[in-house]
Amino acid sequence: MTRHYSALSLVKEGLNNQKGWVRAWESRAPKPRYDVVIIGGGGHGLATAYYLARTHGITNVAVIEKGWLGGGNTGRNTTVVRSNYFFPESVRLYDMALKLYEGLSRELNYNIMLSQRGMISLAHTPAEMEMSARVVNAMQINGTDAELFGPEDVRRVLPIYNFSDKARYPALGGVWQGRSGTARHDAVAWGYARAASRLGVDILQQCEVQDFLIEGGRCRGVVTSRGTIRADRVGMAVAGHSSQMAARAGFRLPVVSYALQACVSEPVKPVLDTIVLSPGAGTYASQSDKGEMVVGGGLDRIPSYGQRGNLPVLETVLSGLVEMFPAFRQLRLMRQWAGIVDVVPDSSPILGESPLPGLFLNCGWGTGGFKAIPAGGTLLAHLLATGTHHDISRPFDLDRFATGRLIDEAAGSGIAH
Amino acid sequence: MQIFSCPFCGPRPEYEFHFGGDLGNHRPEGPEVSAEVWAQYLHFRNNPKGASEEIWLHMTCGEIFALQRDTLTMEAAPGQALTAAEGRP
Amino acid sequence: MTARRLPRGGEIDRTRPLRFTFDGQAVSGFHGDTLASALLASGQPVLGRSFKYRRPRGLFGAGVEEPNIYADVTGDGQFRPNQRVTTEPAIEGLDLRAVNASPTARNDRTGFIDLCARFIPSGFYYKTFMWPDWHLFEPRIRAMAGLGRVETGQTGPSGDQINHFCDVVVVGAGPVGIAAALALARRGDEVMLVDEGSRIGGSLLYRDARIDGVPGADWLPAASAELAALGVRVLTRTTAFGIYDHGLIALNQRREAGRPDTLWRVRPDRIVLAAGAIERPLPFAQNDLPGILSAQAGLAYLRRFAVLPGARLVIATNNSTGAEVAGAMAAAGASVTLIDRRPQATGPDTVDLRAGRSLRRAFGRGQVTGVELDDGTRLDCDGVLVSGGFTASIHLFAQARGKLAWDDRRLTFLPGAEVPGLTVIGAAAGHFTLADGLAALPAALGLSSAPVAESAPYDITPAWPEPGRKDRVWVDYQHDVTAKDVELAARENFVSVEHLKRYTTLGMATDQGKTSNLNGLALMGQITGRTIPEVGTTTYRPPFTPVPYASFAGPRGASRMNPVRRLALETQHRAAGAVLAEYGGWLRPVHYGRDETAILTEARMARQAVGLFDASPLGKIEVIGPDAAEFLDFIYYNTMSTVKSGHCRYGFILSESGVVFDDGVLVRLDVDRFVVSCSSSHTAGVHALLEEWRQDRFPRKAIFIHNATAETATITVSGPRARDTIVAAGIAADLSDAAFPHMTSRWLAAEALRLTRVSFTGDRSYEISVRQDRAAALWDRLAEAAARHGGGPAGIEAIMILRAEKGFIVIGKDSDGMTRPMDLGVSGPLRTKKAEFIGRRSLFQDEAQRPDRNQLVGLLPADGQGLLPVGGHGLDLSGPVPRSIGYITSSSPGAAVDHPVALGLIERGASRHGEEIVIQHLGQRRRARICAPCFLDPKGDRLNA
Repeated sequence: MTRHYSALSLVKEGLNNQKGWVRAWESRAPKPRYDVVIIGGGGHGLATAYYLARTHGITNVAVIEKGWLGGGNTGRNTTVVRSNYFFPESVRLYDMALKLYEGLSRELNYNIMLSQRGMISLAHTPAEMEMSARVVNAMQINGTDAELFGPEDVRRVLPIYNFSDKARYPALGGVWQGRSGTARHDAVAWGYARAASRLGVDILQQCEVQDFLIEGGRCRGVVTSRGTIRADRVGMAVAGHSSQMAARAGFRLPVVSYALQACVSEPVKPVLDTIVLSPGAGTYASQSDKGEMVVGGGLDRIPSYGQRGNLPVLETVLSGLVEMFPAFRQLRLMRQWAGIVDVVPDSSPILGESPLPGLFLNCGWGTGGFKAIPAGGTLLAHLLATGTHHDISRPFDLDRFATGRLIDEAAGSGIAH
Repeated sequence: MQIFSCPFCGPRPEYEFHFGGDLGNHRPEGPEVSAEVWAQYLHFRNNPKGASEEIWLHMTCGEIFALQRDTLTMEAAPGQALTAAEGRP
Repeated sequence: MTARRLPRGGEIDRTRPLRFTFDGQAVSGFHGDTLASALLASGQPVLGRSFKYRRPRGLFGAGVEEPNIYADVTGDGQFRPNQRVTTEPAIEGLDLRAVNASPTARNDRTGFIDLCARFIPSGFYYKTFMWPDWHLFEPRIRAMAGLGRVETGQTGPSGDQINHFCDVVVVGAGPVGIAAALALARRGDEVMLVDEGSRIGGSLLYRDARIDGVPGADWLPAASAELAALGVRVLTRTTAFGIYDHGLIALNQRREAGRPDTLWRVRPDRIVLAAGAIERPLPFAQNDLPGILSAQAGLAYLRRFAVLPGARLVIATNNSTGAEVAGAMAAAGASVTLIDRRPQATGPDTVDLRAGRSLRRAFGRGQVTGVELDDGTRLDCDGVLVSGGFTASIHLFAQARGKLAWDDRRLTFLPGAEVPGLTVIGAAAGHFTLADGLAALPAALGLSSAPVAESAPYDITPAWPEPGRKDRVWVDYQHDVTAKDVELAARENFVSVEHLKRYTTLGMATDQGKTSNLNGLALMGQITGRTIPEVGTTTYRPPFTPVPYASFAGPRGASRMNPVRRLALETQHRAAGAVLAEYGGWLRPVHYGRDETAILTEARMARQAVGLFDASPLGKIEVIGPDAAEFLDFIYYNTMSTVKSGHCRYGFILSESGVVFDDGVLVRLDVDRFVVSCSSSHTAGVHALLEEWRQDRFPRKAIFIHNATAETATITVSGPRARDTIVAAGIAADLSDAAFPHMTSRWLAAEALRLTRVSFTGDRSYEISVRQDRAAALWDRLAEAAARHGGGPAGIEAIMILRAEKGFIVIGKDSDGMTRPMDLGVSGPLRTKKAEFIGRRSLFQDEAQRPDRNQLVGLLPADGQGLLPVGGHGLDLSGPVPRSIGYITSSSPGAAVDHPVALGLIERGASRHGEEIVIQHLGQRRRARICAPCFLDPKGDRLNA
């Protein structure tokens, strides 16, 4: 049996006709009781289970997924990881995630293909350049890497950008973060699932949470399509459907669900080496290792649970992209899809205990949940293990909506939160 | 491209419209409005999956109206004037 | 392979020969050929390489299902990467390069990778390249991947877009689709019939058929003529690629001769889906060798293009369609063996029939040279045509949220429950014979009758890939997914169909798994003890076939993209030498000199004499009616109902969360008539806000709102000689300070303009609003008058200097998304205003009342150096790590003052005047002194100077 992944094990199993590979994760029957139950088998839920077991030694844990692992936004995003944020609270959060990502392949023994190709958030007007400077300075003061790029720098990293006089979006410069990159999204879910499963976590797919078990005003477990499961603490990480789960627990959230589209082109040989974001054009893009242009943009501005693409936003996004890169008119759209994201008034996540004691929230990541997975998992695990906030998650508690202390990045980082 | 029906203009393409929140999210007023009640009005939303009662703005004519919509199938009934939907003057 | 062109037959025009090149080799063909048919006729078997193992590959299909052969095509006026050769017409002079092969498909220097295949199964990259770091390996893998290339020097044409409405769109112009279109058009419907092929007819173009007793080849021209007579709009080379919300169907029409593709957005009342079916490969070892074609493709090449795929052919099938193909090949002169898995199979006398037999493996290096049967028999051959059954093309039905149902008799997913407005007919509905397809039409479309055909019944026996084989059986050709990879996925617990797809990349290639998906999930079902419907399908997503980016972009681009708004006075500005740039969506004069030194010159001119400034983008929204004053009290943070007629008041509009949304001067023209002026970039937002609250909260009939921004031009005359300039321009009015004091407004009927005394510079200023078509003449008069008083036009950057040294803010620049009015030093209304207003409750939140808020301050360089940097942050260095305490929002060299000035939002700033702080900008640190946010004339004497 081959459990450890390495070049050597590939050779061994190559000679063995691949017969010795063990399951990446076990599929077990639900137990009637766990110490902790996590609703949602996406990146955040699986990472939470992993860190509960790894950091806190709590292994009597179940991850409950109504479909298949990583089937929500974890498998539907544009795979960008970055920490180019304005507020110290945000930088602490996303830099925690980025740092964990930087060691994750080796930690999980699963190649998540973190590719730190750098990201340029373009500025097209002098006013946007001033805003970029404000962001770069904030990032540097808050301890993460950032550079203010000028036009020559943009030319260097984006040689095929539209630098003509007639360009609608001239590139004056922008915010550069060299440590930004992409990671293989499925691998993040699978890597955490495999590692958590090996530490004893139960992964229950095709198991839908239908209700909460509430006793004495406290959450004591969940009622699922595979029976009632009791737990001391319950965490939920069900991006896109957070309001639905909250409704079952008897409260509302400051969340509206929207469809966020993405698409890929047919694969082509390498032509775009960095991640590029233009808030002005409403587009961001990177080229995957396979050669596909991975393209995203703004939300479909109609609240939606329908996980499918629509033409108007696609047209806006692709017209922005070909205006920025005229050679991309040669490309063709190969696949288009959408994920349902939790949109919160300040576009920052919600982490903390819910109005139902015993139930803890990890939601509200908007369009940027993927990049935060290791941090979201670490922080929800901390909450579930200790019942209290980690310093980094404290500012993101649900109580900020009553105090007004929002963490609104809108001015700082454009469309791509 | 979705088509919504403005009570004033009739069927128009989706990009002329702007989502305005839950129908019936009334503004709490007076000196005694608690922080929690205010936050519920300001930020917390029903966000239903399926049948939804919403407020929309038709940006081209300025009409604000009620729209019954399904957030899963995207089916949308014709918009209803607020004066009719909520009995306003 | 000895595929060859026959001397007679086919749709090709032998009088019009043509040549193109493939990998540098000349290929000849005829007008009417596809690239694929000409390439097949050339006899060259290896035309491409697979994505992962770089296996040599030949053609498999004859249409959109083709998994193997793609080329970068130069010629016809453009460069097009990744062209599917089966659907592109052969054109004289094209230059084709096989994608993913170097230097050529036949001699690819990376072909050795296949020798390492056993060490790089599905998902191998998740298991290695972790040490020391992925970044070390990635560049080489990246260079290996990709298919075609992008020609970075070329842009390609803009796309066309057409919107269209009609009663019915029929997708697929095979015989059943044509019959449906005819019947509906006869009934009076406006019908659009689209087909992805170069001509209509579908299977009639290559299969034997008799319709209403007439041979298919005769029925088709008659039907075609009737379609034209009935006015049916027929689009060929047009693929319906997506069905979107609210019944929109999107079409990709491919054009020729360098014309860009057209994107059709069609909104029919009804969609009729007659998209046919796609033939599946058969699972046997080495089933990906060049020379192994889909049987229907082989028949199409023979009948349509007169290309016989081989001299000694093996036809392998598990269904009743093989016999027709075998017979046709034999009739064309090939020696044919028909291997039919069905024990009861029959076949024509002209072929060697092996009923109840199937293929175990194929032999050959770079092209098929023989096969082995399941009974061990070996046969030599130079071509194999395979049919593993048919998969109904229900992609669009599934996109329209249709539920699929597995059909155990026909071995395909078929449309399940009905989708309103969508009817599926023909092979797409599982009618795999023409007779069945036509017979089902009346019920499907509510017709009284339909054409009649006779066909032998369709019969099929399963032939799915099986687990446990030692040799390699391909499931997904392009992505090199073999049966073993599916087994590996199952072994590692990637058993969900979505995990199968993502782990093995089955169905994720450019063909999107049209030939491979069903075989893959059938195998997964067998391995895991599930039925095919239990395994289920992945989600069907648009587009059905790839669509150019240019089509989605359409004509948008350059100045036709998010067009900037233009000033009525642009001609005047250009004549005066203005440099124009975009500010808040408007194209506005930055300055009037050749370079940026003009900015300070203009600012000083305006301070010393007079400046003319085009303020037209400033929002002007009229609020009229008996309840207008009460309404505006609610809208504004400040009390506005107490403003007297003819007077003005500056105020803030907040959002409900208490943040300053906009600022501006409200003018009360009359007791029931106001003009809200707002920042140029906030006009639409303020207008929407006004409408929202009017309709939500006030009697609609007592308030009327009109956005007059677009119809009005506004010229600001500012400076100590402003009044003289207006007088000199001949505008007749009593401008004495007694008659016309600061913050008043009046309508000058004789001039048809409104004159308002407000100031954004701190100097005496008059704002003149006039109907925009009268602005040019007025500007010319004012410019001439200003020149006589030592002044002239001033650009927006000069005004920014003037307002900054006066301490006037720009919302969104000197405030951010958290700024409350108290942070800008305006707390009076919160304490004293009685009436309710937007955002009031939020101003009592903990956050708004926090003592350490960022507050508006002035900042002066305290280090003797020049301008403070906008975007530089103040630092608190008292803790273990530096902490931002706010930032600089505006910075200006000063026009009336002789030193640089800056504005900023600094923590507790209002109580820190006089303090020095450290400013950090791009790694450099400087010192600045906090002061009051006003550097000039704090008493306001200049307003009346």
